[in-house]
Amino acid sequence: MMNLSQDVAVDTGAMSKIQVRDLNFYYGKYHALKDINLSIAANKVTAFIGPSGCGKSTLLRTFNRMYELYPDQRATGDILLDGENVLSPRADVYRLRARVGMVFQKPTPFPMTIYENIAYGVQLYEKLRRSDMDDRVEWALQQAALWDEVKGKLKQSGMSLSGGQQQRLCIARAIAVKPEVVLLDEPASALDPISTLKIEELIYELKRNYTIVIVTHNMQQAARVSDFTAFMYLGDLIEFGDTNAIFTNPSNKQTEDYITGRYG
Amino acid sequence: MDWRYFRRRATNVFNLTGSVLATLFGLSWLFWILWTTFAYGVSAFDWSIFTQNTPAPGNDGGLANAIVGSVIMVSFATLIGTPIGILAGTYLAEYGRTRPIASVIRFLNDILLSAPSIIVGLFVYELIVLRVGHFSAWAGAVALAIIMLPVVIRTTEEMLRLVPNTLREAALALGAPHWKMITLVAYRAALSGVITGILLAVARIAGETAPLLFTALNNQFWSTNLSQPMANLPVVIFQFAMSPYESWHALAWAGSLLITLSVLALSIIARTLLRKARMEYS
Ligand SMILES: Nc1ncnc2c1ncn2[C@@H]1O[C@H](COP(=O)(O)OP(=O)(O)OP(=O)(O)O)[C@@H](O)[C@H]1O
Ligand SMILES: [Mg+2]
Repeated sequence: MMNLSQDVAVDTGAMSKIQVRDLNFYYGKYHALKDINLSIAANKVTAFIGPSGCGKSTLLRTFNRMYELYPDQRATGDILLDGENVLSPRADVYRLRARVGMVFQKPTPFPMTIYENIAYGVQLYEKLRRSDMDDRVEWALQQAALWDEVKGKLKQSGMSLSGGQQQRLCIARAIAVKPEVVLLDEPASALDPISTLKIEELIYELKRNYTIVIVTHNMQQAARVSDFTAFMYLGDLIEFGDTNAIFTNPSNKQTEDYITGRYG
Repeated sequence: MDWRYFRRRATNVFNLTGSVLATLFGLSWLFWILWTTFAYGVSAFDWSIFTQNTPAPGNDGGLANAIVGSVIMVSFATLIGTPIGILAGTYLAEYGRTRPIASVIRFLNDILLSAPSIIVGLFVYELIVLRVGHFSAWAGAVALAIIMLPVVIRTTEEMLRLVPNTLREAALALGAPHWKMITLVAYRAALSGVITGILLAVARIAGETAPLLFTALNNQFWSTNLSQPMANLPVVIFQFAMSPYESWHALAWAGSLLITLSVLALSIIARTLLRKARMEYS
């Protein structure tokens, strides 16, 4: 198969927040990402699509260096966040993660109250007075469209919420620290259609203030929420560009096959 | 009927009967022991055991000094053993994980876990009693702490391992440093499990006799001085049960009942907590 990655580093036309240059990723000896080049537009939603195992999560997890937890995983190349290389050993990983938040596929509320779930991250960076913290918690829950459902029970355990509510709690938690970028790895795959819709509306709202990268298996979802779409296959970035263009007129045969449901 | 099918059924019935009988055989001993303890213990029980000290040979008395001594030494052992055990278990589960040194520590810990307690007693005898020149409650507490340590290390590690990695990643993804992720998220998630481990460890040391024989020994009088020998239930039971006096035998039974009841209570609390811990992350 021809490697098209070099060709698909298209100019998205918008200001770019993250630029990925010649990124390669290895799980031990396994080469999971191959020469990825792309740029993520600021204040837009970029979707990663592709069949299972193609490396979408892997790519996402390089943006906040989540992979560093595991000693046998490593990345080479550059990821520039506002022009600064975050993969450089000199880059401060804590500051990076303050700027680049992440929401996981399975909701991961901490075993503490709803209030504490939100306050946890904020306390890492700011010393707020109680009343300011109250405001921040409310603000984050509002942003995540969860406030009305939980305002009366902030002292309840975060684990007592429904799956969809837990996921929005996790989004609120990520937003509360005021990141610039929010990474979402299949945030709605464990949720029912109504919760999914809520999350999608939320993403649409959030892009005013945040740059959003979302991994999804759901083609309609990618088409609905994203401005740009990247199609990946077996560790290669096959096609990247405007979502409308990708879904209506893909330039690559593999992309077309995938989005029309012929494989994957 | 199909011959193969019949054979399978027969094997099944055979195995089932065998294992039920074996279980009944094992349990019957346990219930026999419990029943004896309760029967003799209850008849020997008198509220004065809480108010009077251990008597001189042949006299009447109570167990007050032994009960207090046991509580003091077990408490100090817990105070020493718990933090060290939790820290070591944390190292194994959170930092060591894949490092070879962690496997070595884990292996040594397993050996310590099954080491006969009399050896721990002798070790502390050599280490403290001989150097200081006399038996002391401190030495007893240290010996008990050493016995407790591997249990706490083991359960702390296991309970932390039950905490899903996604939860760790979620905390780290917010930019939390490793130690904050552990103290604020992983410990909270593993809390009831870790407490269970401590309770089981306390239950384990509550009835230990051998390590105390070499360290705290015994004291016929009321004493809360940690640098002196101190009375304690297991050694009192041991001495009184071996004695020729009826009144001492009765006290030994009452003491056994006390220990059995405390261990039973601790185990029940621990099991309940453990069930809760398992349910939270299953
Ligand atoms: N921890 C790991 N160790 C080794 N290989 C891994 C690990 N995680 C993922 N891989 C491999 O890397 C490749 C990319 O995995 P990744 O999780 O990024 O796929 P994905 O596109 O997110 O798939 P999915 O849609 O199923 O989530 C796969 O072939 C996978 O088997
Ligand atoms: Mg994935």
